[in-house]
Amino acid sequence: MAKTHITMKVNGAEVEGLVEPRTLLVHFLRETLSLTGTHIGCETTHCGACTVDLDGKSVKSCTVFAVQAEGSEILTIEGIANADGSLAALQEGFRMMHGLQCGFCTPGMIVRAHRLLQENPAPTEAEIRMGISGNLCRCTGYQNIVKAIQYASAKVNGTEFREAAE
Amino acid sequence: MTPFDYIRPATIAEAVAAAATPGAAYLAAGTNLLDLMKGGISRPTRVVDISRLPGLDRIEALPDGSVRIGALVRNADLAHDAAFARAFPSVAEALLSGASAQLRNAATVGGNLLQRTRCSYFHDAASACNKRSPGAGCDARGGENRLHAVLGWSDACIATHPSDFCVPLVAFDAVVEIEGSGGRREIALEALHRLPDAAPERDAVLDPGDLIVAVRLPAAARNFAAHARYLKLRERTSYAFAVVSAAAALDLDGGTIKSARLALGGVAAKPWRARAAESLLAGASPGLPAFRRAAETALAGATPSGDNGFKIELAQRMVARALSLAAAGTPARVPALPASPFSSTAGALHVA
Ligand SMILES: Cc1cc2nc3c(=O)[nH]c(=O)nc-3n(C[C@H](O)[C@H](O)[C@H](O)COP(=O)(O)OP(=O)(O)OC[C@H]3O[C@@H](n4cnc5c(N)ncnc54)[C@H](O)[C@@H]3O)c2cc1C
Ligand code: SF4
Ligand code: FES
Ligand code: FES
Repeated sequence: MAKTHITMKVNGAEVEGLVEPRTLLVHFLRETLSLTGTHIGCETTHCGACTVDLDGKSVKSCTVFAVQAEGSEILTIEGIANADGSLAALQEGFRMMHGLQCGFCTPGMIVRAHRLLQENPAPTEAEIRMGISGNLCRCTGYQNIVKAIQYASAKVNGTEFREAAE
Repeated sequence: MTPFDYIRPATIAEAVAAAATPGAAYLAAGTNLLDLMKGGISRPTRVVDISRLPGLDRIEALPDGSVRIGALVRNADLAHDAAFARAFPSVAEALLSGASAQLRNAATVGGNLLQRTRCSYFHDAASACNKRSPGAGCDARGGENRLHAVLGWSDACIATHPSDFCVPLVAFDAVVEIEGSGGRREIALEALHRLPDAAPERDAVLDPGDLIVAVRLPAAARNFAAHARYLKLRERTSYAFAVVSAAAALDLDGGTIKSARLALGGVAAKPWRARAAESLLAGASPGLPAFRRAAETALAGATPSGDNGFKIELAQRMVARALSLAAAGTPARVPALPASPFSSTAGALHVA
């Protein structure tokens, strides 16, 4: 099968590769670039584990051919931490609020939540729940994921995060 | 996935020429096509990537009051275009009720119109399906068919069209602009999708190489902006296809309905315009008695295609509820749970 040469920017770095047209972006990220933080849960566009940012918008990287992303800017979980390597507010939120159990959905959740907070820095609980409705978690029941995102939102906005009484 | 040739045409003319070959398929965002290809349901030998064709990603207000939406406008961008959402709030609500943020960010207008059915036997290569392999039979007929069609179905196929976006569009007389080997033509959206009759393998009246370039909403659709709703019943509150949905819009003159628009989703192989019910509403006073009569009329020809008789009464209730919500007025902001029967209209703006 003839291969195509592609270039794109991933987490700020120019990358290139030779791919078959049928190669999915998520496979290019994981196998060619060894960026295995982006997970494959379903490979049928349902679970959101493979969520990345493509040109500043959340997409499911199992539903994009690598050739479609030619020339794009991609952000994956590996590009979320602060420049000095310390945890970003969202990562800290997931840690502090126990926003993960097995951790399989977490990279997709964090990359999705990152974009949600760019678009809406102070979302309501309903907006957070709708915003992450394309990301499935089999462990947590979402409660602590919502709290983790609220924690990060408060931290970034310099407001106080208070857990709602249960 | 079966290998294929990948072509990225630079112009519409190149795209049409490249896609006229047997075995070719257009690729817009791919949110539907890729899943079909991964499952071996669709096996194009040539994929024509139209996503970078110039000029098809614009929303243009035309001098006659109509609006022209390019085929490559993303579902999220259209729903969040402030002028568009103000003029056509129920179209924005329908878009935001569909799929999830990641999918709406990618999905295009043209791809949404031409997405394929979600019938699970269609998606399972081991099942018999006339839509996938003409003449093979239809495993849905004796299988799990709670969610299948109650209007316009045939013995050959009982599948439904899954789009939310198409439902208010068809209610508002949307027109589809198509570029084909014979040049540019346009048809009413209502005439784009086919009922299955004996040939369910043809979803739409398009010929090989036909490219949707734009969808137009006529100026008259603006008259309904103050009283337009989309209501979608799902088996989960979010991130699910419609069991039944309804787009209802009213142009009110004091205590009288000047004119009404009504369409249903999830009930047939096409977005289902309910014209007889609209005529009944014109001149009536808005309220449950008129809305219930309209609902009965809208479903008058409905018959179960399997274990889905419940959808007929459900659809009637959805019509009456959607009309009541429309009469109450379009909310200032799209509710946090768009189109949900469980959402309070005083909800917050939903950010995709
Ligand atoms: C998990 C999931 C949930 C979803 N939930 C919903 C939902 O609740 N409501 C809803 O309405 N939709 C839903 N969708 C479907 C989604 O809206 C469609 O996948 C999307 O709109 C398709 O657009 P696309 O640009 O990705 O099309 P593609 O996948 O690129 O194309 C789809 C089809 O249209 C053809 N095509 C595309 N553009 C053109 C054109 N301009 N001219 C001619 N042919 C063209 C392609 O050849 C292909 O056959 C869901 C999808 C998924 C995966
Ligand atoms: S209902 Fe239509 S799509 Fe579903 S199995 Fe039958 S023929 Fe195929
Ligand atoms: S792996 Fe992409 S959505 Fe599940
Ligand atoms: S933490 Fe296990 S799937 Fe979310």
